[in-house]
Amino acid sequence: MSNLLSLQHIHFQHKGRTILQDVSLTLDAGQIVTLIGPSGAGKTTLVRIALGLLKPSSGSCSRKAKLRIGYVPQKVVVNQLMPLTVERFLATSNCERKMLHDICEQVSIQHLLNQRMNNLSGGEMQRVLLAKALLVKPQLLVLDEPVQGVDVTGQAELYQLIQDISKRLHCAVLMVSHDLHLVMSATDTVVCMNNHVCCHGHPESVSAHPAYLELFGKNIEPSLALYTHHHNHVHDGCNHDVANIDEENKA
Amino acid sequence: MSFIALAAAAGLAIALVAGPVGCFVVWRRMAYFGDSLAHAALLGVGVGLMLDLNLSLTILAVCLLSVPLILLLTNSQHVADDTALGILSHASLAIGITSVSLAAGGTLDLSSFLFGDILALSEADVATVIAMCITVGVVLAKFWRQLVYVTIHFELASVEGVPSRRLEVMLMLLIAVLVAVGMQVVGALLIGSLLIVPAAAAGLLAGNPERMAWISAMFASAAIMGGLAMSWFIDTPAGPSAVVVATGIFAFAKLLSLRS
Repeated sequence: MSNLLSLQHIHFQHKGRTILQDVSLTLDAGQIVTLIGPSGAGKTTLVRIALGLLKPSSGSCSRKAKLRIGYVPQKVVVNQLMPLTVERFLATSNCERKMLHDICEQVSIQHLLNQRMNNLSGGEMQRVLLAKALLVKPQLLVLDEPVQGVDVTGQAELYQLIQDISKRLHCAVLMVSHDLHLVMSATDTVVCMNNHVCCHGHPESVSAHPAYLELFGKNIEPSLALYTHHHNHVHDGCNHDVANIDEENKA
Repeated sequence: MSFIALAAAAGLAIALVAGPVGCFVVWRRMAYFGDSLAHAALLGVGVGLMLDLNLSLTILAVCLLSVPLILLLTNSQHVADDTALGILSHASLAIGITSVSLAAGGTLDLSSFLFGDILALSEADVATVIAMCITVGVVLAKFWRQLVYVTIHFELASVEGVPSRRLEVMLMLLIAVLVAVGMQVVGALLIGSLLIVPAAAAGLLAGNPERMAWISAMFASAAIMGGLAMSWFIDTPAGPSAVVVATGIFAFAKLLSLRS
């Protein structure tokens, strides 16, 4: 079997509630798969099963032998009395100093190394966590809501960064997102789920799928409006961006 | 050996281990867990007296057995279910005191268990204390980095192959051993503060987790020595005096951290 990760007919029940019902999913090298769905849809549970942190009630989860997984949790909050700098945090993975500094450069966090973890902004935190995941030389990156607490421009940048990294390292990506439109360009396959798989496929086909529209129909416009708004105060020379997005909105 | 040298040896052994262990108690918000264990130790005294068993061993056994009980009651991997711990903690305190007075028929002075009796330790007691502290210290040092990692983020450590859950339980058992030993030296009511106060003071000043552990060990030692000195020169009880000194150190550290 050549899949990096293969989840077959996963069921998961917790305290009598069915959280996942017959969910199947496979991931190959270099492939970017995004899970979307409303909160409570079981996205995080599925990710935890894929990571081996949870055992499914039934179904099988197989990972390629010795698969190196880089995991990016939603955030890391340490006690105020734990003096933890970004550098010490990254050093919890055993790796060479040179590699650590190279990776920090890739995700542009060199200037943060002496900062306390608790003083990071949302976007800085996500980059640090991404660097941490890259330290294990991952074949598979798993990201749980990688853009939480990040402003909209930052979100687009982060998705771009994730896509670049995936291409460069030829690693597969499994991520959870709440917004299809932001990840559209950065993903190969979207799995839309609500305790079961509602629909899946290429992002454009999913965005037109009735099951998707039923789940997300009303959310589409506000997020795009926000996106446009954010680009309104871009300086001269980038005006074409604003124009393009406005056109997309009208379409 | 003079009683004061014995007291200093036992006190320092406990302080040097309680400092670093206390860092985890502070980081993981396990203060209540430490108190519950200390109260369970008192229950151990009661059981030991009633059944006429070796007191140190009974205290150790009861402390170790309370760990699975606490895990069962709090039913979470990250502890700190404060209501459940509160019930357990005060129930064992009450049952402990009741059973001690039942067993000893009111002739026994409870205060040596509540506040410790560091000046009455025998050479054999001190040897046991030191051996236990070395054991806890060695295990802690061996798993230090992994324990710090689990404390930073449980799942992140797990995904990287760290046996997070097992390490958490191991940490609880280490704390149980330290509390069982320390309780006989600084008392059930004060061992918790020896875990928390020096570590909290160190946390205000240190730049990384490892340095915090060392500073915490130094602060805890200074507190014990200060307590003994107070006891020697102005005749105050040693255990509470040590906590008074520790609190002074914390206040000083707080002032320092505010200045910088």
